[in-house]
Amino acid sequence: MSKTFVTANRLTDGLVVFRTADGAWSTAYADAALYDDSAAEVAAASSEATVVVGVYAVEVEQAEDGSWQPLTTRERIRVLGPSIAYQRSA
Amino acid sequence: MYRYDEFDHAVVAARVDEFSSQVARRLSGELTEEQFRPLRLMNGVYLQLHAYMLRVAIPYGQLSSRQLRMLAHIARTYDKGYGHFTTRQNIQYNWPQLCDIPAALADLASVEMHAIQTSGNCIRNTTSDPFAGVAADEVTDPRPWAEIIRQWSTIHPEFTYLPRKFKIAISAGEEDRAAVAFHDIGIRIVRNDAGEIGFKVLVGGGMGRTPRVGRVITEFLNPTELLGYLESILRVYNLHGRRDNKYKARIKILVDALGIDEFRRQVEVEWAHLRGSEVEVPASEIERIHSYFVPRELPARPEAPAEFLAARQQNAAFARWVDANIINHRVPGYAGVTITLKPAGGIPGDVTADEMDAIADLADRFGFSELRATKDQNLVLPSVAQEDLLPLWQELVSLSLAEGNHGLINDMITCPGLDYCALANARSIPLAQEISTRFADLERQANIGPLTLNISGCINACGHHHVANIGILGVDKHGDEAYQLVIGGDARDSAAVAQISGPGYSQEKIVDAVETTVNTYLAQRTGAEETFIETFRRIGLAPFKEALNAAR
Ligand code: SF4
Repeated sequence: MSKTFVTANRLTDGLVVFRTADGAWSTAYADAALYDDSAAEVAAASSEATVVVGVYAVEVEQAEDGSWQPLTTRERIRVLGPSIAYQRSA
Repeated sequence: MYRYDEFDHAVVAARVDEFSSQVARRLSGELTEEQFRPLRLMNGVYLQLHAYMLRVAIPYGQLSSRQLRMLAHIARTYDKGYGHFTTRQNIQYNWPQLCDIPAALADLASVEMHAIQTSGNCIRNTTSDPFAGVAADEVTDPRPWAEIIRQWSTIHPEFTYLPRKFKIAISAGEEDRAAVAFHDIGIRIVRNDAGEIGFKVLVGGGMGRTPRVGRVITEFLNPTELLGYLESILRVYNLHGRRDNKYKARIKILVDALGIDEFRRQVEVEWAHLRGSEVEVPASEIERIHSYFVPRELPARPEAPAEFLAARQQNAAFARWVDANIINHRVPGYAGVTITLKPAGGIPGDVTADEMDAIADLADRFGFSELRATKDQNLVLPSVAQEDLLPLWQELVSLSLAEGNHGLINDMITCPGLDYCALANARSIPLAQEISTRFADLERQANIGPLTLNISGCINACGHHHVANIGILGVDKHGDEAYQLVIGGDARDSAAVAQISGPGYSQEKIVDAVETTVNTYLAQRTGAEETFIETFRRIGLAPFKEALNAAR
């Protein structure tokens, strides 16, 4: 069975954000609300033009450990951030 | 080095103000994203996978140590402490906040830098030979001409909304070090039989979805005619380029459709109107721009000094670095130095702010405060005394940037790929890291010899995979990453587009396939002096295909 979450980039800093159950946005994937049908949520979120950019829904499936994971590599990387150690000297 | 005049300062300052107000209006909701997007792109601001990205132009790759320190400052203040040098002699920052970008642009303007026209359907940063002005083999210094093109193309009202982006490269070495054949317009400065300097112009080269080697549109243009001719090419393109289809909008498609002869005819018709008009650069202006690039009077330094020769004899790592990363300088006793940003296991082209500062210090100490960014995602110190090569190398060792791998397999060009890029199909960087770790042994790299290996995360080919001896292209396989291996590309004057080697590979298999390709070359070459591309040209794709299929 698959579900979806709703995501966008935050206008001020571009960071990936996830729609939460109370209709707010969070940078933590753990806070993402899961929907059986997210069409209404995408439409509502898309009107928040001074908060987020590029609202869309991502399909997820439940992994063996019970977590919900996106189906594509692209969306998994978007959730997790770059897969590389990108701050060599930090 | 060119210094901004009042006009340049005014243009850049006005643009910072204008964009600051556009950002403010976007944040307040006065501008919609749809309205704002083309405006931010014209100022080098993308929205990528995880954040905004700011692309800053380094005109024809030329940088002072002061400017490099400012790039470090931007990385530290507005980003996560690093930047990424790209194949177009730009630097990209992966994490700036939109609300901070106006301040970053104001900081850049204070050192005569900007992000204007680093994106969008306009004429992009003109690129050139990183050794321009110092290479022993050049006809003349191409930088004054690159600067003239920069001034002409910056906010050119007629060419701000072209059908698609437009890239120009110019080089003047006997050997082309700017891949001019793969640009919308490629310019080679040449000398005619009478010994006069002029321009050979190629048009319709490019990579992306439809890779093309540029076609010669004119063998020789007089210097004053350059801008009129370029303007004529742009006009024909602006009028007839396919605006209805993004994938067919580049000039190469128009040149394909018309044929080079008809395209040339149309350009000449346009040129007839422009010849002798004010578009032509007056001799006095040519002279004025050249005066910024008068070769520096380099103090006399010994040629092949004894300590240098001794160190080269005794220290194998230093000798390898000298063999690979040094080129002949027009002045005896000096050398041009490439600092490859390709440590084994590292991210090609990524440099931390601390490293930028350290490299700027080295440029001050050993290289007259001058640097260049290269299309191979490296940095260059164009003028270093041979006597100073050893102490310079020792400093680079302490920065872990002293690997003598320039032009060897680990000197990979790699685009950001799916780790950052919103358009990507697959990751590039982890692959580059795996390959450079596998081939980390410098002796092995030197034994393989000159070889280009480039990686792009999608068909847009920012990682130049089409022109690599061994190229890797990321493709999407039902939402998973997969890779195609291409062989036999060449970015130099002997330009060629690489050929597909066969079915694609999974992420687990692609590095083995690279190794098989390299081993096939080693087994087939006539001797160490036959390079990969020479062997490929002699034996063709078939033996590589066979070996790759056998190893599947
Ligand atoms: S080649 Fe594709 S994946 Fe790589 S940077 Fe360009 S657009 Fe992004």
